Amino acid sequence: MLNAGEQGLVVEFGDGIDPEINAKVQILATSLATESLPGILEIVPTYRSLLIYFDPLVLSRLELSTRIAQLIENPSNKLSDTKETRVVFIPVCYGDEFGPDIQNVAQHNSLSVDEVIAIHTATPYLVYMLGFTPGFPYLGGLSPKIATPRLTTPRTKIPAGSVGIAGSQTGFYPIESPGGWQLIGRTPVKAFDPMANNPFLFKAGDYLQFEAVTKDDFHVIKAEVDKGTYSPKIKHLTDKQDGEQK
Amino acid sequence: MIEIVSPGLFTTIQDLGRWGYQEYGMPVAGAMDRYAYQVANILVGNDQPRATLEMTMLGGKFKFSRDCYASVCGADMQGMLDGNPITNWSCFFIAKGSELAFGYAAVGCRAYLAIHGGIDVPCVLDSFSTYTRGSIGGHKGRALQSGDELAIGEQSNTAVREFSLPAKFVPKYSSNIQLRVLLGPQDDLFTMEGINTLFSGEYEITSEADRMGYRLEGPSIEHRGKADIVSDALPLGAIQVPASGKPIIMMADRQTTGGYTKIGTIIGPDLMFLAQGKPGDKVKFVNCLDDAAVNALKTEQANYPAIRDVIQQNNQLAPEGTHYKIRINEKIYDVTIKER
Repeated sequence: MLNAGEQGLVVEFGDGIDPEINAKVQILATSLATESLPGILEIVPTYRSLLIYFDPLVLSRLELSTRIAQLIENPSNKLSDTKETRVVFIPVCYGDEFGPDIQNVAQHNSLSVDEVIAIHTATPYLVYMLGFTPGFPYLGGLSPKIATPRLTTPRTKIPAGSVGIAGSQTGFYPIESPGGWQLIGRTPVKAFDPMANNPFLFKAGDYLQFEAVTKDDFHVIKAEVDKGTYSPKIKHLTDKQDGEQK
Repeated sequence: MIEIVSPGLFTTIQDLGRWGYQEYGMPVAGAMDRYAYQVANILVGNDQPRATLEMTMLGGKFKFSRDCYASVCGADMQGMLDGNPITNWSCFFIAKGSELAFGYAAVGCRAYLAIHGGIDVPCVLDSFSTYTRGSIGGHKGRALQSGDELAIGEQSNTAVREFSLPAKFVPKYSSNIQLRVLLGPQDDLFTMEGINTLFSGEYEITSEADRMGYRLEGPSIEHRGKADIVSDALPLGAIQVPASGKPIIMMADRQTTGGYTKIGTIIGPDLMFLAQGKPGDKVKFVNCLDDAAVNALKTEQANYPAIRDVIQQNNQLAPEGTHYKIRINEKIYDVTIKER
């Protein structure tokens, strides 16, 4: 447990990007949120640590660290019995003008475009954390079979919603920006929409699974997104179903 | 209504910030100098801190189409109300039709113009603060422009009176800034040499200093190994040190996560002095332990109720009865009415 200013306490669970370490972060975050300890202002989970903003005039650092140590020893019962995992489905239209680099990715990995799509959509990816820009997910678990290096020359403009691969990372650009990712498709959904009923589509600890849709579907979904009425398809998993995702 | 005749260099609407969404990657934003912002709101009799204008270096020119009470706290931008100088750190009356104009901050950098009732802008994700990079909040998610019109919020029934804050509550800004630092979370990734450099070196604020962060120039701070870490959360006031060894201080609009080592965190009560810092100002860091930092926080927090008390006492000294500002033939009179 480390200091981050007089109103900050960081709990570090390790040093790497690892689903097991991340799970510990998520469990502590959820436990603390459920506790609603007076004096806790905000909790920010990241890859392998948790930052807790607190008011030391209400809750001392010592009291907080003691409680955290207890929670780590004994996570609240509710949690270990029914840890609910959400898989949020992200519709993607692959290839053509939405995925100009999909041939690159296929060729680089000696696969067909269809195989790339099949592999990309096969497994859920863990959302390690959100950051960089509101709603932007840091995803883990991309299959090495479709890992592809970044473009040697990045594009100056990548449309919002672009789905890509950069090395062993995958994800999608929530807003238009420059970038060097290999673009394989586009999603009409917005990770963050202040006007929507649920402003954030997913959170850290969720899993994202990409789902191939047709161009027509893409436009139908986009219309809903623009109206602020879109709700993603979500699957709930319990611990038993939730195999080991690598 | 407040008409923005000219906005000033960079003026946005802020409150205490958009707390509760950092886990979604949403920066907090909010007033850079939380003390000046809160005191301005207390002076104008707002029951809680409301949406307020934050002006940077050069203030704006504003025309009021409605009577209201206002306060300007923070850097002195030589505010003039219809050609007459206003008193900073006070509550003063603005008659409808008046124009309030500001110049450059000679000392300090940011000033807060608070109005009784607050500025009426939509609440986005529980806050009125503007996060300009994300085009969220405040007035249309951006800095103010000429021609903008802002509505004033509902005025409560609190009796508001003109009042000048006693000097003991007014901070002194300086171009030689001392900031107390609590080491951590990654102080262990720096050499003893590096930590000594932090506390003995003289740093200067570069021109790359804005609401996201302040880049400093000065002696390089030595790492033990790499300057990169697995990205983690960025606390307000954190001192990031990339491989260059030059510190960057995380401010209100900082991104929520980052991948550079953080040697220490500036204590909350001292951030106001940095928020009043301008390019060219000198910065020195002072080591501070947790207990001392918590005491400093206690002292800062104690100011707010103390100021409320002083204002309350002042109100009680006023003649008994209900107080009005009455306009007769273009002149304004202070009138007190008492029932027989």
